[in-house]
Amino acid sequence: MIPGSFDYHSPTSLDEAINLLGKLGDDAKILAGGHSLIPMMKLRLAEPTHLIDINGLSDLDFIKEETGYLCIGAMTRESALEVSELIAKKYPILKDTSEVIADPLVRNLASVGGNIAHGDPANDHPATMVALSAEIVVKGPGGMLGGGERTIPIDDFFKGPLMTDLQQNEILTEIKIPIPDGKSGAAYHKLERKVGDYAIAGAAAALQFDGETCTNAGIGLTNVGPTPIRAKEAQDALVGTSVSINDIDKAAELAAAVSQPVGDHRGSSEYKRAVVKVLTARALQTAKDRAEGGS
Amino acid sequence: MATQTVTININGEAKSAEVEDRLLLVHFIRDNQGLTGTHIGCDTTHCGACTVLLDGTAVKSCTVFSIQANGRDVTTIEGLEGEALHPLQEGFMEKHGLQCGFCTPGMIMSSKHLLDKNPNPTEEEIRWGISGNLCRCTGYQNIVTAIEYAAEKLQQPAEDQGGE
Repeated sequence: MIPGSFDYHSPTSLDEAINLLGKLGDDAKILAGGHSLIPMMKLRLAEPTHLIDINGLSDLDFIKEETGYLCIGAMTRESALEVSELIAKKYPILKDTSEVIADPLVRNLASVGGNIAHGDPANDHPATMVALSAEIVVKGPGGMLGGGERTIPIDDFFKGPLMTDLQQNEILTEIKIPIPDGKSGAAYHKLERKVGDYAIAGAAAALQFDGETCTNAGIGLTNVGPTPIRAKEAQDALVGTSVSINDIDKAAELAAAVSQPVGDHRGSSEYKRAVVKVLTARALQTAKDRAEGGS
Repeated sequence: MATQTVTININGEAKSAEVEDRLLLVHFIRDNQGLTGTHIGCDTTHCGACTVLLDGTAVKSCTVFSIQANGRDVTTIEGLEGEALHPLQEGFMEKHGLQCGFCTPGMIMSSKHLLDKNPNPTEEEIRWGISGNLCRCTGYQNIVTAIEYAAEKLQQPAEDQGGE
């Protein structure tokens, strides 16, 4: 399969990329890891007339802790999250997530920013970032017409299937995850038919505790709605509890209730809703175990 | 129709050509350079038959534009053999790591990347490492054995090896 014709641009700075995006207009697309975009171009589901390749922008490739946030550059490869010692030690939910995305060859090029900017509710990072209440940093042209850099709370980022708050002249540059205080743990569980497939369903859970009492809970769901879903009722039900097995069961029921799965070749909606319940319970249990120092 | 001249260092030799911007790396390798060891299987980023090393990293060459490889190093299955077969090639032969052979070039290039990063992988790490490569013949068991054979051989002192 051959993609449609396009003009290739490879800017050497972020500002140059943003200028190009502004100049070339609606027919230009950003090429990050390319592992969603290029397959879509081969199927002619996407036919951009200009591609702006940001793979050369090495300043968008970083994983670092800074002023209360874990900051991940948009061009960080999924494989980098898999092997990062910082991620494995302090943010294992991101390792859980990256290592179930597609397959190892795809992860060598696929980018974290692309996984989010694509806006696909079947992608895995969106639900994780919902659970972690991440902030999405995007950059557009500055000056009189506004724009410049802005930070979008994750709950405002996803607008619908393949639709996000990212404007045509903006580039997603960074994901910022608030570093939780004190005792905390988070985990992502995904059920897939085989390596490389999208999730039948996935559940991300993040918990914070004061002593034995849960003070904050985040739950995000993958591929059971038009966007990643925040299971707010389930979160609220956990705050103030010790996250006992009974509390987890109740929250998992609430998460299943708020999911909106559609029956397809991966299973009926009833089946997927049952999967959401099981995965939410498992993710919460793992998150709790991690908060208590287990793995 | 946008075209540009690219120079890609394939298996140690700089190869230049004028290509369409949309030309995929796998087509540059096979059609432009005539290196048909790299296969096209699914063409949809699933099967891994087109796997090559791009600056040492295993990637699916059906999902990279050739222009993205401009100025970079690409290693294909043809680039592995020196005076003798590479231990991975030898392993696949000795341990019956292939039947029809269609997946083999990609399987070997993924294994090369795996062993470069992790010279002594466990069986689980091998299975994980090749999970982006599909084989419809072998059931994978002999492929895993072949990679174990190569890992062992690559860790022997250089003089004991058949050459690389």
